[in-house]
Amino acid sequence: MANAKLWGLKKSPWVFHVAAASCNNCDIEILDVITPRWDVERFGIVLVGSPRHADALLVTGVLNRKSLSRVLRVYEQTPKPCLVICIGTCTCDNHMFATSYNVVGPYDKYLPVDVYIPGCPPKPEAIISGVVKALKRL
Amino acid sequence: MKKEYSKEILDEIGALFANASVKIHAPRRTYISVPRDDVYELAKFLFEKKGCRLSIATGIDKREGIEILYHFSHDPSGTYYNIKTVVPKDEPTIKSLADFLPAANWIEREIHELLGVKFTGHPNLVPLLTAETWPEDLYPLRRDYADEHEGLKIQKSVEER
Amino acid sequence: MKRIVPIGPYHPLQEEPEFFKLIVEGEKVIDLEINIGYNHRGHEFLAQKMTYDQIPFLVERICGICSDSHPYAYVMAVEDAAGITVPPRGQYIRTIIGELERIHSHYLWVGLAGHFIGYNTVWMWVWRYREPLLDIFELIMGNRNHYAINRVGGARRDILPEHYGKIEEYLDLVEEKTHMFTKAVLDDPVILARLENVGVLSKEDAIAYGVLGPTARGSGYAIDVRKDDPYDAYDKVDWDLIAFDEGDILAKAKVRLLECFESIKIVRQCLKDIPDGPIAARVDEIPSGEGIGRHEAPRGEVFHYVRSDGSNMPVRHKIRAPSYMNIPSNAVAVRGYSIADAALVLAAVDPCYCCTERTVVIENGKKKFTGNDLLTLSRQKTEVLRRRYRR
Repeated sequence: MANAKLWGLKKSPWVFHVAAASCNNCDIEILDVITPRWDVERFGIVLVGSPRHADALLVTGVLNRKSLSRVLRVYEQTPKPCLVICIGTCTCDNHMFATSYNVVGPYDKYLPVDVYIPGCPPKPEAIISGVVKALKRL
Repeated sequence: MKKEYSKEILDEIGALFANASVKIHAPRRTYISVPRDDVYELAKFLFEKKGCRLSIATGIDKREGIEILYHFSHDPSGTYYNIKTVVPKDEPTIKSLADFLPAANWIEREIHELLGVKFTGHPNLVPLLTAETWPEDLYPLRRDYADEHEGLKIQKSVEER
Repeated sequence: MKRIVPIGPYHPLQEEPEFFKLIVEGEKVIDLEINIGYNHRGHEFLAQKMTYDQIPFLVERICGICSDSHPYAYVMAVEDAAGITVPPRGQYIRTIIGELERIHSHYLWVGLAGHFIGYNTVWMWVWRYREPLLDIFELIMGNRNHYAINRVGGARRDILPEHYGKIEEYLDLVEEKTHMFTKAVLDDPVILARLENVGVLSKEDAIAYGVLGPTARGSGYAIDVRKDDPYDAYDKVDWDLIAFDEGDILAKAKVRLLECFESIKIVRQCLKDIPDGPIAARVDEIPSGEGIGRHEAPRGEVFHYVRSDGSNMPVRHKIRAPSYMNIPSNAVAVRGYSIADAALVLAAVDPCYCCTERTVVIENGKKKFTGNDLLTLSRQKTEVLRRRYRR
């Protein structure tokens, strides 16, 4: 047992969902994952209402100038260690918004990212598999 | 089933505003060019007398100035009446419609921050979309933006960090 | 004494970041300030650097829920500017996808509304029956969302005749389930207590703020692009406009639920009448000019304006989503109501019935209640509540 804290995180991660400047589709797919067809709540994965309760941050959408400082503040409020899971191509490499004047991403410039899940939007299966990979790495 | 298009409103506009020139692009798409000072009265006429709804306004940076279009929709006939006007770049001001038309509030703020048009008489002309750190005299939808400020983008994001 | 209650930009009830500043006196909301821009990506700026064929992929990423509506309005704007006529089969395909999307979007809203009033049963239920529709999208177009069916001049992909049956099958399912939700939602005393006479938007305010879609139709302002300025196959099918005069949240919910039936009607007629032939017209070049495209998205009219100078990129592309007009009207709709209503809702869940038929409660290895027992119990509880609130 290398790290008791990390081991504790593995069992039933509580996640907080942060949408920067997203098109809503990744957010909808995240909510889809907890509805009956996929139902990840049976594994103890729950969306929580406050970053202070979160073991993992699910981030979606490109970072823009206005949301950057807010996202960083949300990250500062989470108890560490905290996984950062990037969902969607926008979070990984800014997608087609890279040349816009208001976009400052990608996330790994500012946050320690653990998993990238590309796709526009990634399918629910991909999201679940990404989260599982993140947990296996611990 | 399609409702008939009527020319009445255009005829009335022609009678009331001598400087207006009308272009009918398609049966339900009409463009009315007027000088800057007539826009307020014409918009008021369309909204209050004819029951048109303000759909949105568009600003376009052109060589001769900044063109502003107010798109009014007349729903009973499904027709768009687009008011077109040009404001010069050295003095980009126009009278705000927000005092009688709350729908114009946000879009005038947006055109102000993205194209630098001053709407006189607007109750709250502060930036709507861009961040607090965005410089005031930098207008991203102007033609000269892309060349001049490409370098600033990277610098700024580092500063914010 | 005035106090300020901030909601957002990151709040557990909001999908998207936006900041509401509620100015309250005691429990009562007296004013609302809305601060947006957390989601500004500069689409209009990016569109000026893209070719006409690339832009549909950009504009469908404005919003993931109505990802058919923006490309739809955009291609109609370009077709208006260039005077292109779409072949009939292309028109029907676009109409079918547009209406299927309306069903999916209204289902999504009903589910989220249930989630917001703390009624997660509705949410889980409704979203469960939204899934098969996403499967159909995947079957026809290859992606669950962002399906890129529109292109300038027609449709990008054909609906194969062997897929008609799948769509019809889903329509039968969705019709039955919409009946069930309409009854369950509109007969529920708890939901009625939360939605009725709350957030009333008068017709005068609706017109002044220029609100659109179900928000306008719930306030007695019966506008719908599909009726006012019919395009594609909408004037070849028979359907009714749904509108209510009350202006409260319940009226908007009713509009959305009943519109699902109209969409089902439209898709059924389209599948019956769809002609054979090419799905898209050949487009050689876009002449200089300007065009307006409007499409009735699930949330209201989407408006696109395209100015062309004869090159392969637009000079200006203006995009107006329906929420841009609808959100400012919150400032009048919320005034005078309590904080709990305004946030829809932070308050605790009102007691309600759980009725997933498969549920079995097991105590000490013995079945205590079966699903049907729970259903009966929940119905009894609903009756008690109904008597208590005299509905």
